[in-house]
Order: sequence, then structure tokens, then C-alpha cells
Amino acid sequence: MLDININLILGQMMLGLVNGAFYAIVSLGLAIIFGLLGVINYAHGVFFMLGAFIAYMLGETLGIGYWGALILAPLMIGVLGLFVEVLLIRHLYKLEHLYGLLLTLGLALFIEGFLRIVFGPQGLPYAIPANLRGAINLGFMYLPNYRAWVVIFGIILCLATWFIIERTPLGAKLRAATDNPQMVQSFGINVPVMLTLTYAAGVALAAAGGVMAAPLIAVDPSMGTNIVIVAFAVVVIGGMGSILGSIVTGLGLGLLEGFAKAVYPEASSTVLFLAMVIVLVLRPRGLFGKMA
Amino acid sequence: MQEDEVQFLGFTKPRAVAFALLAAFIVVSPFVLYPVFLMKVYCFIIFACAYNLLLGYTGLMSFGHSAFFGAGAYLCGYTAARLGLPFEISVLAGTLSAALLGLVFGWIAIRRSGLYFAMITLALAQMTYFIALQVPFTGGEDGIQQVPRGSLLGLVDLSSDTTIYWVMAVILLGVLVFHNRIVHSPFGQVLRATRKNPERARSLGYNVDRFKLMSFVLSAALAGFAASLKTIIFGLATLTDISMVTSIEVVLSNLVGGIGTIFGPVVGSFVILSLEYYLAPYGPWVLLIQGLVFTLFVLLFRQGIVGKLQEKLRTLL
Repeated sequence: MLDININLILGQMMLGLVNGAFYAIVSLGLAIIFGLLGVINYAHGVFFMLGAFIAYMLGETLGIGYWGALILAPLMIGVLGLFVEVLLIRHLYKLEHLYGLLLTLGLALFIEGFLRIVFGPQGLPYAIPANLRGAINLGFMYLPNYRAWVVIFGIILCLATWFIIERTPLGAKLRAATDNPQMVQSFGINVPVMLTLTYAAGVALAAAGGVMAAPLIAVDPSMGTNIVIVAFAVVVIGGMGSILGSIVTGLGLGLLEGFAKAVYPEASSTVLFLAMVIVLVLRPRGLFGKMA
Repeated sequence: MQEDEVQFLGFTKPRAVAFALLAAFIVVSPFVLYPVFLMKVYCFIIFACAYNLLLGYTGLMSFGHSAFFGAGAYLCGYTAARLGLPFEISVLAGTLSAALLGLVFGWIAIRRSGLYFAMITLALAQMTYFIALQVPFTGGEDGIQQVPRGSLLGLVDLSSDTTIYWVMAVILLGVLVFHNRIVHSPFGQVLRATRKNPERARSLGYNVDRFKLMSFVLSAALAGFAASLKTIIFGLATLTDISMVTSIEVVLSNLVGGIGTIFGPVVGSFVILSLEYYLAPYGPWVLLIQGLVFTLFVLLFRQGIVGKLQEKLRTLL
């Protein structure tokens, strides 16, 4: 049944924007890694999940709360990312691209299996930080403070990443290395180190997203699987090598999903992929893509 | 490595020997191993061959083959259990519906190449999964149960495990001959050309996109065929058939066996399903071991078991 209720629609879209913030954060890292390393990092969802698990364990074992975890978890995952790139992914750059995908898929299965063995399949609770409890009245709904924080901080995180890549000298080098690694290397810039750091930064971003998600969804080993598939759809829709495209598409898909939840809930899980199909049919190179 | 002289039905001498060995194994094994497990492996080999045609010979990396396997399983199950139609019609229904879905997904996905193709097929398969979860036709969490086996051409009753095993054995050998024949046909040559050098194939006048789509549909149909047989044998079509797990398993069996070899899917399916069978009681260890196998094979044995064997024997298998 189509049921038009403006308050309901606005409310669901506001909540959809929270999901959209996660989609944007995860697909942004995925897009940057894909752009520079030419690897689809299937393990990206697992790093997102690990961020949430680290937040949980820091709280359980060391009594470190949300704010500490929000800084520590991305750092720890970033370091893990350094090792993963140097020990595993680096060996595949000269091979066909599909091997990068297969390797990171294997890594994802391994880590997910390991956490399931240790923690079991059930979700673990993680509390909302004390200073973000409560809700604000937006007129059409009461928005929990924590969700408002996720949207605002998520967007800040994305824009900061965008700024670093598009507007700073470091970002210029990164973009140049994406276009022509040999040329950049011949200018005396250490491209392999840049690749390693990019991978680390990308997965650290995913981990930050995971920490932010921990109080909203139960922390469990499979929480990364669905989001990484949505992130693939975001990257396909956003278009090749477009940072801003990933951010806008991520947020947009969140809104679309929220809208579907209000109007036709049965379609809410499929509407994202339907959007991808429509974009592919009408504009194969993606909404913001330059040339495939 | 050079291909040996091709003989009857596209078989080279070494491949004919390998095929004979496999046929002997199929005849002897049910007296030693559990026939129901063997049939599960045989269905999966057909599925893995379908995947190999696409990845190994056309060079298209699909991450969404669970959609075709699931569609085949559900449609075959529905036709046999709910509509009460005979074995042959049910298998045909499963195969054709998978082919049709393959045509639609292929038409959408070949708009982008390389890794995007993989991401698109994965996203489409996830969409199919969510649809299967919601529509009443699939039976939700229960799936379609108690699918009758029926009889072959109305003559041979398939309800005994022994009878259906021999039917399945003949079908498997037939599919392997078909798989080899396709690869070594002029059509297969064009597929390999589009994989190795698409520009050259295009300049020679071949419509590369059309060949890619044909290969995709063929692969989807064969996947649906495998799923239909599985549904008939086990009497069951479930959400597992259409979930990511199925796609991952088929990729893994190709990688382990040897991508782009005729007998790779056979060996890979045996290894992967045996692993799963023996590790099943240990729950999440399956996931961990599968992840480890993936990682090790990508880093150390990219050519797979049969690929390695080819190097040792200096011939193509």
C-alpha cells in the first residue's frame, strides 16, 4: 500500500541519512584504494566490523570509552592495514586485477571466521556515549542526539578526506600517482610507500565508521558483509575515480533507502541495487564518472 | 604450452586419459564413498564448469553466480513440488529461468568491464537474495521442501539413491564432454580471443560484447541446470542456494582446481566440498579455513592444482 505521510517520510529519510553516512565513509575508502591500488578491497567491510569490535573490546578490557575508541580503533586498524598491504596485497600489483579481489575476499573470510570462533555469532551490545544521549525535536520527529552526531561527524570526515585529496599538495601527489605511477616515481616520490599509506588510511576510515556504528547496530562478525556490497553499488553508481561522487552517492542512497522504508518497506533492501541498475542502463559510466 | 593434437570431440590424448580415469572413479567410488555426498559434488562440478566457461575462457569475473544457482533451484523446485510436473520439465524450467536471469544480468553488467563487472554482478546477486527472502513463492526461511524426484522419461523411478546416482553419473560425464567441446569449438576460440585481446577480436569483426553476453547466458543456464539437479536429488531449494556463500564456493573451487583448465573444476569441487563436509561440525572453522585456502592459493598457487599438474606433466589438462 502506498501510504503518504510527510512526517513519516521525513523521519525515515533522516534516519536513512544516518545509514547514508556509513555508506559514504565505507565507499569513500573503497574508492580511494581502488583508484590508486587498482584493488577492490573486499576486506573493507571486515575492517569496518573490526573497528566496532575494537571499540567493544577496549571498553570491556581497558575501560576505554567511545571517544577513546574513536581515535584508537582507526589507528590500530591503520597499522594492521600497513601490514596487510606490505605482506599480502603488494605482491599482486603486477598480476591480473581479479587476484586482488580474491585475496582480500580470502582475508575477509579468515577474519570473520576467526571472530565467529572467538565471539560466537550473536550481537554484542555497545552503549551510546553519555554526552550524546537524549534527542532533539526537529518538528517532524525526535532525532536521537547520537544519530545526529553520526550524520554530522560522518559528513565532516568525508569532506576532510575530500579536501585532503583534492586541495592539498599531498592529495595532488596521490592523484598524480593514480594517473601515472611511473612518471610520479621518476620525480623522486616514493610511490610504493604512498600505496601502503593510502591502503592504511582507507581501512582506518572504515574502522572509524565501525566505531560510529557500534552503538547503533549490535556488534557482530557479519556486520561488514552487507555494507561492503552496498559500498560496491555506491562505487559503481558514483563513477570511476570520483571522490565526491562516492560521498554524494552514499548519502543519497541512504536517503533513498529511508524514503523506501516509509513508502514501501518491502522494497527498502532492494531499492539501492535497483538504483544501480537504472544508473547502469541510462549512464553506464556512473553519475560522476569521467570516462570508463 | 602447446595444445596437443585435438581428437574426437575436442579431446587431446592426455585429456582423454584424464577423462577415462575420472569415468573409472565415478564407477568405483559409490562402493567406497557415500553416494549422496558424491552426487552433491557432481552437481557442484557442473556449477563449477559453468563458472569456468565464464572466468577461465571468457575472462569475465562474476561474483553473482549464486543468483543463477538460486533461480534454477527455486524454479525447478517450484515446478516439481508445487506444479507437480515431471523431472525433465522441472529441470528444464530451472535451466531456462537461470538463462533468462543471466540474459538480464549480463545485459546490465557488460556495460562495464573488469573489476566493475565483478562488483555489479555481486550487487545484482545480493538484490536477488533480498527478493528471494521476501517473496512468498520461495517459502522464505523454509525454502521449497519435499521436491519429488519423479522418474526419468516416466520409465525409470528415481526415488532410490542408487538409480539416481547412475543417472547423475551419466549427466556429469555428458556435461564434461560438453564443457570440453564448447571450449574447443570455434565459439570457444572467439571467447578466448575476446579474453586475451578484445581489441584484436573486435578488429577481426567479432562483436565482443555479444560473445561476452552469450558466454554469460550459457554459464548462467548451466549453473541453473546444476542447481535443478541438486534440487531434485536433495528435494530441497533454500536461501543458501541463492546466498553469497554459493558464489564464494564456486569461485574458490575454480581457484583451487585451476582457472581455465578443463579438469580444474572437477578437482576444485572435490577439494572444497570435502573440506566443507569434514569441517561442518566445527561451524565457523569452515569460514576460517576457506579464507586461508583463498589467501594461500592466490599468493602461492595461482595456477591451481590442475594448473600445477599441467606444468609437471608438460601438457594441458
